Amino acid sequence: MAEIRFNKVYKAYGNNEVIHGVDWHIRDGEFVVIVGPSGCGKSTLLRMVAGLEVITSGEIFIGDRLVNDLEPAERDIAMVFQNYALYPHMSVFKNMAYGLKIRGLPKQEIEQRVQKAADILEIGDYLKRSPRQLSGGQRQRVAMGRAIVRQPSVFLFDEPLSNLDAKLRVQMRLEIKKLQEELGITSVYVTHDQIEAMTLGHRLMVLKDGYVEQLGTPIELYERPATSFVAGFIGSPAMSFLDAEIGEDGRQVVFEGGDRLAIAGRLSLDAGSRVTVGLRPEHLVRTEEEADSLHIKVRVVEHLGADTLIHGDFGPGKADLTIRMDGIEQIRTGETLRIKAAPEHIHIFDPETGGRID
Amino acid sequence: MVENRRWLNWLTHFVLIIGVLIVAFPIYIAFVASTHELDALLQSPMPIWPGDSLIKNYAQALGTGARAVGAPVWLMMFNSLVMAVGISVGKIAISMLAAFAIVYFRFPFRMAFFWMIFITLMLPVEVRILPTYKVVADLNMLNSYPGLIIPLIASATATFLFRQVFLAVPDELTEAARIDGAGPIRFFKDILLPLSRTNIAALFVIMFIYGWVQYLWPLLITTDEKFYTMLIGINRMIAVGEGQAEWQIIMATTMLAMLPPVLIVVFMQRLFVKGLVETEK
Amino acid sequence: MEKRVVFRQTFLPYLLLAPQVLVTLVFFFWPASQALYQSVLREDAFGLSSEFIWFENFSALFAEAEYLHSLEVTALFSLAVATTAMTIALYLAVQADRVIHGAMVYKTLLIWPYAVAPAVAGVLWMFLFNPSMGIVVFALRAVGYDWNHALNGHQAMALVTVSAAWKQISYNFLFFLAGMQAIPKSLIEAAAIDGARPARRFWTIVFPLLAPTTFFLLVMNVVYAFFDTFGIIHQVTEGGPAGATNILVYKVFHDGFLGLDLGGSAAQSVVLMAIVILLTVFQFQYIERKVHY
Repeated sequence: MAEIRFNKVYKAYGNNEVIHGVDWHIRDGEFVVIVGPSGCGKSTLLRMVAGLEVITSGEIFIGDRLVNDLEPAERDIAMVFQNYALYPHMSVFKNMAYGLKIRGLPKQEIEQRVQKAADILEIGDYLKRSPRQLSGGQRQRVAMGRAIVRQPSVFLFDEPLSNLDAKLRVQMRLEIKKLQEELGITSVYVTHDQIEAMTLGHRLMVLKDGYVEQLGTPIELYERPATSFVAGFIGSPAMSFLDAEIGEDGRQVVFEGGDRLAIAGRLSLDAGSRVTVGLRPEHLVRTEEEADSLHIKVRVVEHLGADTLIHGDFGPGKADLTIRMDGIEQIRTGETLRIKAAPEHIHIFDPETGGRID
Repeated sequence: MVENRRWLNWLTHFVLIIGVLIVAFPIYIAFVASTHELDALLQSPMPIWPGDSLIKNYAQALGTGARAVGAPVWLMMFNSLVMAVGISVGKIAISMLAAFAIVYFRFPFRMAFFWMIFITLMLPVEVRILPTYKVVADLNMLNSYPGLIIPLIASATATFLFRQVFLAVPDELTEAARIDGAGPIRFFKDILLPLSRTNIAALFVIMFIYGWVQYLWPLLITTDEKFYTMLIGINRMIAVGEGQAEWQIIMATTMLAMLPPVLIVVFMQRLFVKGLVETEK
Repeated sequence: MEKRVVFRQTFLPYLLLAPQVLVTLVFFFWPASQALYQSVLREDAFGLSSEFIWFENFSALFAEAEYLHSLEVTALFSLAVATTAMTIALYLAVQADRVIHGAMVYKTLLIWPYAVAPAVAGVLWMFLFNPSMGIVVFALRAVGYDWNHALNGHQAMALVTVSAAWKQISYNFLFFLAGMQAIPKSLIEAAAIDGARPARRFWTIVFPLLAPTTFFLLVMNVVYAFFDTFGIIHQVTEGGPAGATNILVYKVFHDGFLGLDLGGSAAQSVVLMAIVILLTVFQFQYIERKVHY
């Protein structure tokens, strides 16, 4: 077991810098998720921990060892790959035993460890089969089994669920979470799926174009997104963004067309400053009041059973706005709704930098 | 095909059977000749049905050989076998290692080596007969197994084939192996070698045939009949000048010379076709 | 295409490459460079002194009637072998593609001559056409045609062509059949629904789609006829009679080994090298096409 520390970690391919300085401290036993859109550098970061990519500059520590120049096998890590990377010519047992064999463990201990891992993952019946004969979910378990038998101090997961169908993905997600809690091994998990990230991670790192957008617990990220990117990325359905100006007293935002919303506290911005206002669909509610509300023209209504999604046009610019209501709401296309949001649920961002304004 | 008319089907089979017969005809006659006494063959016309000297002729060929050549065919067969196996194993071994180096390592002059191997495609023995002969003579390798084998084992084709095979091995497997603690040699032995075994087998079939049918090279460097391959032996048996060639023995030897590679093609057809198609890519 | 993952050893890759490179240098590059070098030298009969003479060996070569004749013979021979072997193979492949039951059996029975050495193919056909005892010659005489390829140049050429083509049919057959089986059945069916009869379907659909295969085989057959048929010529005619079957590869062997003309033989080698390079370029053209196809 070990903590992981990133100290000003950079990665460049030639002149093309792809990771622009990461500082992070992952605590012992913590389950952290690196999340971001494809091409953001999340896998590269994970592979630098694994030793599969060279660290251009900066330092990575696992426990108290500087691992920059250590071979993957010397780092005391195990990794689960997206396509499982099972050795196709070896049986399930041999796949799991291979790393232990190379390490020169006695045969008996290898058998014990594989058997134990197989019991945990319920793949004991398949040990003699070849990977080709297994289903996607079973292969996934074998890949995890191969990681478990090593008893490493760190688990690394590189989008391990993205090759599975939706139903299996949910099931394996729960199993991974349970497994990590039982074993208590420090884990770094990479995914592009924000739901996986939110449900699995104790803490998340949101990465975009090689820059760290925000670090924090899922709740922190949801409640106080540091940037409009994080705000839009975390949460489903996604947050809506509207252009607005700061009102005269600094306690209101004024939208094109004259609608206004009251905000919490007072912003230190001049009246008339342009801002981006973020509103989560689930925080918008219908209101009868004329003041402090927005007028929305309903464009599409989606009934999902448990809730109803309303996609509307707002203001003269017909900006997109999504509203989520509980249960089944009888609303027709073309209708005009009046909605509002509680001041603490109104997020305000700088339209230039995307940074949060408080 | 779309039409399913009966007469058309019969015609198709008829044409194919004629084709098969034409292809087989020379070999049938050779077989017939190998079962008669020389006297019968010198009749005009020679017999067209097998005779009763099959065992006698083949025994004489294998045991003592033709009078014109002082080596029995079993020895020639052994020499051909050594040459064919030596060439195929040698080609596969050195090509795999070279492809492994080129695909899995980055080092100065990597591409230079790659092109160097590529250029050998354009230098078949036939275009450099004399100087190659001289090199082998200077190295004292005339009339020797290494002399028959080593100059023919460089192979651009096999190197490219293995390069393709290795490139198709997913990167994640290599990464998983590295995390499992496997170094390059171990990875080669435990992962690449078993993953390429059908390619190796297919290539072996093709290269074995290639080695077995070599003619020009052994013709140049073997003057001692102890090192004659079957094909050279046949040539020497025919070239008797004014004397009478022992056609029944020559034809028995010819049948024996065809047997191993033909059996391989027939019984390992799948591997043979795979190898043929892959090496031409 | 490159690997993302590489091992980081310094000396190991050189060690792995060493055997291949060593063989290549000693038995390919050194001899080839010697051939190039000698092709611009004149050596006296005892090899004691040599003189640099630029391209005189080449101009002498192309002034030599015998060499020009050999070029002509080679061109004729390779063209004849390629067309004969390819036409027959294509015809058989079309038939085999049509067969539903027993296609595998025909395939097996047609491909095994691939494993027969060219030198052996030569012996087999030479035996059939042996002027004094060959069974085919007997049959020809019975219908009034006299055969003696030891004296008649055309007959000699015909005999080596048949021997060479016979062996090559199997190779062409395999590739034509594979090419035809790669054509989607739905295309043929669509053409049939459009009302095209079998012969028309072949020439308007199948044959054009086989073009890349045909081109590839043409190059391979020419390469085969140029270089791999040495054994046939050596066994059957030894280039004769009167140089009627003296193809380039046989001539370079004959002049160099038996005639011991170093400079001239080296110049011939260099010309052959140029031909191989040309053919290789053609072959790569084919691969390009296959990519576009």
